[in-house]
Amino acid sequence: MGNYNALNIAWQALTGNKNWQRAWRDPEPKSHYEAIVVGGGGHGLATAYYLAKIHGITKVAVLEKGWIGGGNVGRNTTIVRSNYMLDGNAPFYEHGMDLWRDMALDLNYNAMFSPRGVLNLAHTKSQYDVFARRGNSMRLNGIKAEILSRDEVLQREPTLAAANSERFPIFGGLLQPDAGNARHDAVAWGYARAADQLGVDIIQNCEVVDFIHQGEKVVGVKTSRGDIRADKIGLAVAGNSSRLASKLGIRLPVESHVLQAFVTEPYKPVINGVVTFGAGHFYISQSDKGGLVFGGDIDGYNTYAQRGNLPVFEDVISGGLSIMPSLSRLKLLRNWGGIMDMSMDGSPIIDVGPIDGLYLNTGWCYGGFKATPASGWCFAHTMANDKAHALNEAYTLDRFAKGYTIDEKGAGPYPKAH
Amino acid sequence: MKRALALIQKHIKGTISMIRINCPHCGEREHAEFTYGEDASRLLPANDANLETWNEYVFERDNVAGEHLEYWHHALGCRSWLKVQRNTLTHDISWVGFPHDTPPAQGEVKS
Repeated sequence: MGNYNALNIAWQALTGNKNWQRAWRDPEPKSHYEAIVVGGGGHGLATAYYLAKIHGITKVAVLEKGWIGGGNVGRNTTIVRSNYMLDGNAPFYEHGMDLWRDMALDLNYNAMFSPRGVLNLAHTKSQYDVFARRGNSMRLNGIKAEILSRDEVLQREPTLAAANSERFPIFGGLLQPDAGNARHDAVAWGYARAADQLGVDIIQNCEVVDFIHQGEKVVGVKTSRGDIRADKIGLAVAGNSSRLASKLGIRLPVESHVLQAFVTEPYKPVINGVVTFGAGHFYISQSDKGGLVFGGDIDGYNTYAQRGNLPVFEDVISGGLSIMPSLSRLKLLRNWGGIMDMSMDGSPIIDVGPIDGLYLNTGWCYGGFKATPASGWCFAHTMANDKAHALNEAYTLDRFAKGYTIDEKGAGPYPKAH
Repeated sequence: MKRALALIQKHIKGTISMIRINCPHCGEREHAEFTYGEDASRLLPANDANLETWNEYVFERDNVAGEHLEYWHHALGCRSWLKVQRNTLTHDISWVGFPHDTPPAQGEVKS
């Protein structure tokens, strides 16, 4: 298959682009692997890639019930950031930022990571103070953060000026200049291709329906394409975590909720970075093609249906119009939903499972995309060493029972509130 | 032409079906009038129950894919709490009652 490079592109252009090969193989599942990663989303593929690359475990299968890029990795709003406050979170996400910066070279695939900045708008003096505190916490953890005055915000995002005399005037903002966007499909395809080149089998249309036990241990999975055994089985299935865990009699501190996202028709550049509205829940950025990509709250009820309802649709749009009235002139192209694994404290779980041979990666709430590389990196470490890395040692399953929850919002055990 | 229209209608119905709850006091109302509560199958443990039982109650969920018993608050209506049986895969509601009611057994529910 070879590397993608300029010479390669020139040669293909001269030969009519007829000799490109598929980016990854389509192998038949073998009967045994060293490790199985259930879930071929961003996290699962990244886990397989780092298992092979860093830990030398190359007999790995990634089992995906649909196709690569069809789940949440292709359904998010592509925002990458690490503006977290708590110690358990900040170093993990900041490690992720390092991996994002090196991703294109590392994977030999252009993930189009663009650190154009994430700006949180403050609309009152007290909100501004809270953001200053968050910014200071970020700086203590070595993450760049800037607090902006109203003028600086409007200089950065002139499109917001029209909203400044409206109901929620802008007071200031918190900027993470190193944060930004990445192309989500490229992240999925890049990890898939890079993992495949290291010998990982990516098996699509292969749904795990049950587990194979041997005594107290899990030794394999029953799938729609036959039984597959492995020494280690990692679950990275986002919204379907509870469904799979229930086959093993495990109840997780997770609820599945739907999050909707939206994209408009392509338009000239109007938003420079990522902007989040502070008086409601709304975040927006502009894709490289020009479409304005935005989202808001989850629908707020348990669901496994990958589509939302109209009240939240209306809420998101009205939030958008409050900060960007000109948005009303654009046509909406698409709206879709993805199933989020909402945890009880808003933070994820990357841990050795409660059953031998099982590893858990779940509870990403609606922040899973930015965590893709760090999650895969830490989950691979956890699977390879049967022990968490320092970066994910706070993300244990038993932290709830022990009282060590990592609750950025202080919202308590109500998944719909995170 | 008729067939194409029917197909389009079916598609629209399938993708943006609103959740409408038949409130025993107010009749069928739109989802926007209600606030979601939580899983209604969880029962408060006794005060002196052990920590493990409390941990299971507070933090762990069945997170059912299928028929789910849950509370909704008719916040912009009669303000009463309702117990609703809703399919989490399709959003179809098969039963609505008061919090102390129990839905009829699985076989009797008409969906």
